[in-house]
Amino acid sequence: MSWRLWLPFLVFFAFLGLAAYQLTQPRDDVVKSAMIGEALPYFDLPPAVSEQPGVASADFSDGRPRLLNIWASWCLPCIAEAPQLEQLKEQGAEIVGIAIRDKPEDVARFLSQHGNPYARIGRDDLSEVQLGIGSSGVPETFVVDGSGRITYQHVGDIRPEQVPILLGELRKAER
Amino acid sequence: MRLALALLAASLAMPLAAQGEVPPAPYAYRQLDDPAQEAQAQDLMETLRCLKCQSQSIADSDASMAGDMRHQVRIRIAAGEEPEAIRRWLMDRYGDYVSYEPVMSATTWPLFAVPALLVVIALLLFSRRFRRRS
Repeated sequence: MSWRLWLPFLVFFAFLGLAAYQLTQPRDDVVKSAMIGEALPYFDLPPAVSEQPGVASADFSDGRPRLLNIWASWCLPCIAEAPQLEQLKEQGAEIVGIAIRDKPEDVARFLSQHGNPYARIGRDDLSEVQLGIGSSGVPETFVVDGSGRITYQHVGDIRPEQVPILLGELRKAER
Repeated sequence: MRLALALLAASLAMPLAAQGEVPPAPYAYRQLDDPAQEAQAQDLMETLRCLKCQSQSIADSDASMAGDMRHQVRIRIAAGEEPEAIRRWLMDRYGDYVSYEPVMSATTWPLFAVPALLVVIALLLFSRRFRRRS
């Protein structure tokens, strides 16, 4: 019998093996933004709370890198990342917030309960800026360099061990 | 009876609480006035992926973000943008993943090449076999 007869079986089992391997791999359903390295789109958002200014794309072109935090008062992981944002602020990061589909009174309540690390907070009721920068959920944190270019995206809430990563990305954006 | 009333009240509480949210975007659930434009928008929305609920299209999803995406699609169509330009705009932000329309790219070309290759191999095998018989 020729060895060639076994070839189809080999191909079949190789395929089975590949399928079995893929089944054991965890599902990765994070949609990364394709805007890394691109300039922020133009936007000019009204303030989300009366005590603080809103956010415009022009705010990002003064030479100083910043964190752009996409969040909402109705988002539970945003509560979990609040202490980490506070820590980032203490270590010198300027954090700009954009509240997605949120009401001023809810934003104010969230800030009084969980702290306010934001220098300014914009109000995005139609998720326009969120769609414009390729963010697919809350919370997400972008590093924006001093010329308004997005250099890094963090998807999901910031865990304590991820604070140094973001600080490092901010430093990288300074150069 | 009291328990039944309490259960009824509990089931009513959710929709009432949901009313406190920010209303959907103007064109999330409203069709465009021009039927031709609405048809264009509908065709496009059926081939765009909802990012929150990734196995649905934005036309099928009730997620608020899908509503915001439908709003973008409809106002852009109403402003005279081509559907493919809007798809391009989204793909520039979210990658190929956001579109259900298959595209040929560095990672997807084997999907198109392998079937063609298999057909060629099969034809070669058959022709050899038939030639041997005759």
